[in-house]
Amino acid sequence: MHKGTNKKPAETPGIVYFNQTLMTAPYLVWALAFIIIPLLMIFYYGLTDKTGAFTLENVIAITTAQHSKALWLALLLSLISTALCLLLAYPLAMILAKRSVSQQSFIVLIFILPMWMNFLLRTLAWQTLLEKTGVINSVLTFLHLPTLNIINTPAAIILGMVYNFLPFMVLPLYNSLTKIDPNVVNAAYDLGANGTQTFLRVIFPLSIPGVISGITMVFVPALTTFVISNLLGGSKILLIGNVIEQEFTQASNWNLGSGLSIVLMIFIILNMVLTGIFDKNGEGTAL
Amino acid sequence: MSTRLIDLSHITKSYGDNTVLDDMNLYIRENEFLTLLGPSGCGKTTTLRIIGGFEKPDQGVVLFNGQDITNLPPNKRQLNTVFQKYALFPHMTIAENIAFGLKIRGKTKAYINDKIKYALKLVNLDGFENRMPDSLSGGQQQRVAIARAIVNEPKLLLLDEPLGALDLKLRQDMQYELIRLKNELGITFIYVTHDQEEALTMSDTIVVMNQGYIQQIGTPEKIYNEPENAFVADFIGDSNIIASTMIRDELVEILGARFACVDKGFGTDQPVDVVIRPEDVDLVKPGEGTLDGVVTHLIFKGVHYEMEVTANGFEWLVHSTDMFPVGTKVGIRVDPFDIQIMNKPSSEDEEAVALDA
Repeated sequence: MHKGTNKKPAETPGIVYFNQTLMTAPYLVWALAFIIIPLLMIFYYGLTDKTGAFTLENVIAITTAQHSKALWLALLLSLISTALCLLLAYPLAMILAKRSVSQQSFIVLIFILPMWMNFLLRTLAWQTLLEKTGVINSVLTFLHLPTLNIINTPAAIILGMVYNFLPFMVLPLYNSLTKIDPNVVNAAYDLGANGTQTFLRVIFPLSIPGVISGITMVFVPALTTFVISNLLGGSKILLIGNVIEQEFTQASNWNLGSGLSIVLMIFIILNMVLTGIFDKNGEGTAL
Repeated sequence: MSTRLIDLSHITKSYGDNTVLDDMNLYIRENEFLTLLGPSGCGKTTTLRIIGGFEKPDQGVVLFNGQDITNLPPNKRQLNTVFQKYALFPHMTIAENIAFGLKIRGKTKAYINDKIKYALKLVNLDGFENRMPDSLSGGQQQRVAIARAIVNEPKLLLLDEPLGALDLKLRQDMQYELIRLKNELGITFIYVTHDQEEALTMSDTIVVMNQGYIQQIGTPEKIYNEPENAFVADFIGDSNIIASTMIRDELVEILGARFACVDKGFGTDQPVDVVIRPEDVDLVKPGEGTLDGVVTHLIFKGVHYEMEVTANGFEWLVHSTDMFPVGTKVGIRVDPFDIQIMNKPSSEDEEAVALDA
């Protein structure tokens, strides 16, 4: 037997370990200050009343007619927007994935470009475009065509959501489509499948991680938005995001606002659980 | 005489300025194991993709059993492909992978199940029905890819470097498997590889390609023993290629020494290329051979010794089971029928066609 065969492998020197911990410190401080503490504060406010005593009233408040209507409307509009985004983004992502690399980066740039501009600014632009005497209607009037009256309707909100969140659907789809080995698609054709069969049996199933990821990335921000509904829905249409915003800013009822936020969080967590079930490999979540 | 299954006539294909295939003509007989062999970029995979229907030739016609299939999409062709790196459907079980083609063609469940069982048995993967592709080794995935193709009973199986990603031992095993499968199934194989050993082991016919041109078509023995040009000689196995002069029929002057050979019809005093395989160079005592030289390198290769002998300014590569230490003076002798004479390319153009630039 050789000497020293049962010697432990050399341990990582402590100094390196220490430095690694040190390097994560800024992020840990960030996470603590801006994610953990605010989250705990929401739970604290949401589960107490103004005197600081424990109560579930703020959470149960979602059942009132006004609040539940806002929640259902938000769910409905964000579901429709997500579905529209998926329908629009899928063909686009497929076209994109088929291009050569140089063309791809150009088209991706075109899609990313608006995202570099401020979100508020872009939504305000739509307000100007859609207004009763806005740009679109001026053009339509000039052409003697019937005018478009969708500002301050749910349709305008959906338009704003789709416009703002479409890139978040395109990118994960594009990502998962480019990951498909072209020979796997060729193999389907080779085995006798036509275009539709190849899409339904091979391409679409293999892009599911991207679909799930895209749905999450559009549905969650759409569900919680209040800016789009404020600007394009007027003050008449209240989504759950608007209700929560108003509780914080206008009514100064942090307890009720936090309570409703907890309810909204349940829906977001539900969505993430579903994502986890369908996207086991975590493939589509990485952008 | 068996019938022609595939006929390629005047096939030309370019990508931009890059001509991959130039006026290629080739036919494949029924039940043949034909190998397209050549270095990367020689056009062998493009040829296969044109037969498979994944590429359209710029010019030329592809005939399948006499019918023009040039513009037929892959899903309408009576052939199947085994792709490089397997290309199994990662979201389906092994059974679902194999059933894919059969389900598309609307076969009954009982028929499909029988076929899956039969195919898995054929490739020695019984009981793998419910496994997922990523839980299989490379060799196993390769077998599934073959099973998936052959259950459709194609007349022609295209194989695109199917063993390229496997390690040496597995590759050799799979070579025998493929020969066995081909004999059992009686279908025509077109096999693409850059591995000359693989080609020599498995093929009935080898097509050596370079830069979009066919260099030589023949049986493995013919390709190895009678290469038609320096490229083929160089690509298939080791060889000594020496610029020489054909003095007259059956006599060639190599490096100033005259060797008897068996080739005729090259004219008199014509420049030619001579190919002598390293195992055909006999080392004898100095003075007893046609040429004298000195051993300059010696490597033990297992089955034989590999030596380099400098004689008349040329480094002769010699394979022999006898060992001559470095520095030994030796004589070189070559049997007449081991000397292969090839026409020297007469112009630059011809050289570009014939030789690896």
